[in-house]
Amino acid sequence: MITDILSQIKICISRGKVDQKSTYPSDLKGQKGAYELTDEALNSGIHAKIILNEALIPGMEIVGNKFRAGQIYVPDVLIAAKAMKSAMELIKPYFISGDVKYRGKVILGTVAGDLHDIGKNLLKMTLEGGGWEIIDLGVDAGAEKFLTALGSGDVKAVGLSALLTTTMLNMGPIAESIRKFYPDALIMVGGAPLSDSFAQEIGADFYGESPQEALEFLNEKIEFGKF
Amino acid sequence: MSEKVFDIISSGKILVSDGAWGTMLQASGLKNGECPESWNLLYPEKVGTIARSYYEAGADIIETNSFGGSSVKLRHYGLQDKTIEINKRAAEISKEYAGKETLIFGSVGPTGKFLITGDIEESEMFDAFAAQAAGLAQGGVDLILLETFYDMMEAQIAVNAIKSVCDTEIICSFTYDSKPDGSFKTMMGNSIEDTLGFMRTNSLRIAAANCGNGFRQYRDFAEVFHEFSKDIPLMIQANAGLPLIKDGKLFYPETPDFIEEILMEFINHGVKIIGGCCGTNPAHIRKIKQKVIEYQGH
Repeated sequence: MITDILSQIKICISRGKVDQKSTYPSDLKGQKGAYELTDEALNSGIHAKIILNEALIPGMEIVGNKFRAGQIYVPDVLIAAKAMKSAMELIKPYFISGDVKYRGKVILGTVAGDLHDIGKNLLKMTLEGGGWEIIDLGVDAGAEKFLTALGSGDVKAVGLSALLTTTMLNMGPIAESIRKFYPDALIMVGGAPLSDSFAQEIGADFYGESPQEALEFLNEKIEFGKF
Repeated sequence: MSEKVFDIISSGKILVSDGAWGTMLQASGLKNGECPESWNLLYPEKVGTIARSYYEAGADIIETNSFGGSSVKLRHYGLQDKTIEINKRAAEISKEYAGKETLIFGSVGPTGKFLITGDIEESEMFDAFAAQAAGLAQGGVDLILLETFYDMMEAQIAVNAIKSVCDTEIICSFTYDSKPDGSFKTMMGNSIEDTLGFMRTNSLRIAAANCGNGFRQYRDFAEVFHEFSKDIPLMIQANAGLPLIKDGKLFYPETPDFIEEILMEFINHGVKIIGGCCGTNPAHIRKIKQKVIEYQGH
């Protein structure tokens, strides 16, 4: 019974079924969505942590892997993230009370000069869906903004995003400032014009083509006690 | 100009368009965080010099410095009230610095916002494109080029908005990625069939692709596209590959010499308008012109 409802929640997340009202996907029309099922699961006494780790996170993992493999596209990720978000609203009080803990805190921002936030947002959704707490600096964020956010303490990693070839160069100086003042924070970079060699050149710790890779990178660091 | 671009290329002529603007503006002193389009009002001669350099390299088509000229993007710099003026000047500058026969394409980029996530309302997006198109049309562009689009919903709103303010010819250029199965799709998952359907619905007659991952990748795209349609003329403005860093400066791997052979394949696959995107410069355009002249003799 418990596994039943958890696997239903997982399906809702991976297919982007937000709640009973939502008409997408059409074959699940009228049925309960991630929101109602999570509510039911909590009411039936299943611990929030179990719901998170055995339904919500695995649901988003399916989405992340399919996106990486090119089987689904941006809209599918966005709709899945919406389902995830609706369920997380119900889980949030447990984070606040301390019953459930984030895996760690990550700062994300699109770098100075660049107004494009889709890549950064996809990563945010994926990391949140993987149990990470995100501080979102929005677009056009310079070194100062990143350093101020890092000052809030206990930040595990910083993600820099750029969509334009003209703005990706701004990543280097920002990464340098972060390295100087917060040498322990991992620096991750991503964006359409980037490549592994570019990331290495500017001294980033990680570059990934898809958000899922970044999530796996962070999770791995935790597993091997790097944080 | 009364003749449509479609009619010119339908007669068999291959046209050469220009290359990157953003990197050229930076080379002229545009600073980080500065609005590139504001230069149309502040430093028209610097913007014009870029147009001129592409004209001198042999481009038949010169774009306008207005890629981020929708009022949605200009709002970030507090310039939204100057949308019409900035775009009108963009068109006037390119016209002034190019040749008499040069075709002026008004560049329009996406808003960067997503309808699907509720970042922006359809009406706001519509108004943003309508104001930009009105400015470009007032400035006298020959065609409005929607470029680097990835979302057909946004493209549809842009086309509707343009048509509501002028009857200028439109091309909508999408950015495609190659998929492991050899197909090409936009970031939102739109396939070549999807975008061709979009063109048909909107009576757009020239297909186009830009940016992406270099000339080599778009050669494969042209081949796949050619299988879908041998009749619809195709425009490609590829970037010069994914940039790398060398001595603190960006370096683009696809040099003019690198693209030389690919250009003949473009032509053989029926590409009718060839130009560049990020990382290309007048040297690339000169090479493209040279190959087109070799092919068609003039």
